[in-house]
Amino acid sequence: MSALLEVKGLRVDIPLEAGILHAVRGVDIVVERGKTLALVGESGCGKSLSVLSVMDLLPQKAKWRADKIFFDGKNLNDADTSPMANIRGSKIAMIFQEPMTSLNPCYTIGNQLEEALLTHKQVSRKDARDRAVFLLEKVGITAAASRLRQYPHQLSGGLRQRVMIAMGLMCGPPLLIADEPTTALDVTIQAQILALLAAIQKEFDMGMILITHDLGVVARIADHVNIMYCGQVVESGSAIDLFNNPLHPYTQGLLRCIPIPGKTAPGAHLGSIPGMVPTPIGQQVGCVFQNRCEYVHDPCRSSIVEATRISDGREYNCLLTPEVCRTNMSKGLPK
Amino acid sequence: MLIYIGKRIVMALMVSVVVSFISFMILNLSGDPAIALAGADASPEEIQVIRVQYGLDRPVIVQYIEWIGRALQGNLGVSPYFNMPVKDLIGARIGVTLILGTCAFAFAILLAIPLGVVAAIRPNTWIDRTALTISVFGQALPNFFFGLLMIIFFGVILQWLPISGDDTWKHFIMPAVALGYYASPSLMRLTRTGMLEVLGSDYIRTARAKGLKTFSILFKHALRNAIIPVVSLGFVQFGYMLGGAFIIEYVFAINGIGFLAVQSIQRADLPVVQVIVLLLSVIYVSMTLVADIINAFLDPRIRAN
Repeated sequence: MSALLEVKGLRVDIPLEAGILHAVRGVDIVVERGKTLALVGESGCGKSLSVLSVMDLLPQKAKWRADKIFFDGKNLNDADTSPMANIRGSKIAMIFQEPMTSLNPCYTIGNQLEEALLTHKQVSRKDARDRAVFLLEKVGITAAASRLRQYPHQLSGGLRQRVMIAMGLMCGPPLLIADEPTTALDVTIQAQILALLAAIQKEFDMGMILITHDLGVVARIADHVNIMYCGQVVESGSAIDLFNNPLHPYTQGLLRCIPIPGKTAPGAHLGSIPGMVPTPIGQQVGCVFQNRCEYVHDPCRSSIVEATRISDGREYNCLLTPEVCRTNMSKGLPK
Repeated sequence: MLIYIGKRIVMALMVSVVVSFISFMILNLSGDPAIALAGADASPEEIQVIRVQYGLDRPVIVQYIEWIGRALQGNLGVSPYFNMPVKDLIGARIGVTLILGTCAFAFAILLAIPLGVVAAIRPNTWIDRTALTISVFGQALPNFFFGLLMIIFFGVILQWLPISGDDTWKHFIMPAVALGYYASPSLMRLTRTGMLEVLGSDYIRTARAKGLKTFSILFKHALRNAIIPVVSLGFVQFGYMLGGAFIIEYVFAINGIGFLAVQSIQRADLPVVQVIVLLLSVIYVSMTLVADIINAFLDPRIRAN
């Protein structure tokens, strides 16, 4: 069976006065049915823009194109197939980073939940309301029926994010996109919301794209991981393999930043990646990570660095061989 | 909601009382009403007689309490110039003023809100620029001057519309347009700014992510949030159109409250002026009240406060 979502060669360009900002440069995204894909990377690496292009929700100024974009067996690049508006919300739902401002302050929770279903399906108001109550209970909101009459400002951030999740589920979409769903929440609430997303994803057997920069989250709930840097996927693979066997120097750098209970000595310095992300304006020659890489050598600055495929779904963008990469990781940083 | 409305009504009443008191005081300070009544060439003795006859020799505060007490019972005094009850003078003219103000308000809203919305949907395009041009003209042209231009063009040259009086609906077209056009630019710009801000907000992105139709996104989700400041400003301007159309009523010789006010000030017809000032303040206060209630209906966060 084909993948639920398959995007090849996605590019997003934003024209600025200083030149064209190539925010996303040839990204591939593959989500299998019922599996979770994590997009990981630091701010500005193009994670959010990638999924917003899939939803066709980019700001007007930004232009996107993809060599290939298939969802549920349909070619979305083909103008003849159903337009994105019919897929948005009904087949692909999205929840956002800012639960405090993502709900319309002027309408009740019930109105906004029911609307998500009534827009796409021919159902009665009562059925829509029943579905809303059912889903609010599913996402762990008590007294769901009375919540329908409440307004967003009467709910806490955690509750609003639960409402957003319930709203995403109204049409029973095969794919849920969560764009840093816990960044704006308290740490205790973060854990609850993530556990909820993982449970919901299993129960409804949805595919999920989780955007995050928290590797701990990824290790817990992702099946597959794309590590993104400066508008490119620099490494991808199954979560287990990628964590046990990181190949790209950037991935290795990220993993070194995480303290491991029992292994990291108290007071020891955590790893960090020196330097800053380059501004992706104009064309870049060579590897995107060359300015910050510990293992940079001359070819990195001039050659075209493309994805090296190791096995199905396991790729990395580095000129070093996998063996050298593995040795580098085990040896630690060069002095 | 009811508690909110109740509180607002009490506040509006208090504001009305304070405004009526201040305006009464200022009018009494601005000139000696007894001299105005007696005429410019009256002797000091005659003036003194008038002063006692009308109770103008007593403290102003006593006069105010007496005046407001009578006004609350429906007795608004008598105009010495017309020798008629002020109530009848106002009653005969308020209808015309209401029609003019309402037409002007409707014109302003129907021009400003659609233009503002369209300009916000397509910012920095020719539509936006056209809307900006229209609003710059409206803001820059004094309404009486625009009225005069229309009189020359539509009244004198083309002879499509009557240029003075208030006998038929045709008489109201030019004054309503002049009055409404002047008020529309600020409403339009406020609608545009509000819509631009709201269209960039997170909940509009949510609405788009839900796959809602463009119409629903614009009018159900965006406009309701963007319109709140427009309602506040719009009703203040409506108050201005209802009560402050002095010059326009004068230019088009419409026999309304504004026309009466201008004439009464010239004639120093103090009882009439006093009632008109009171009426204006009541109109402004009630328009603000109406705007507050509409906004509370639109946005639940306002009712919560």
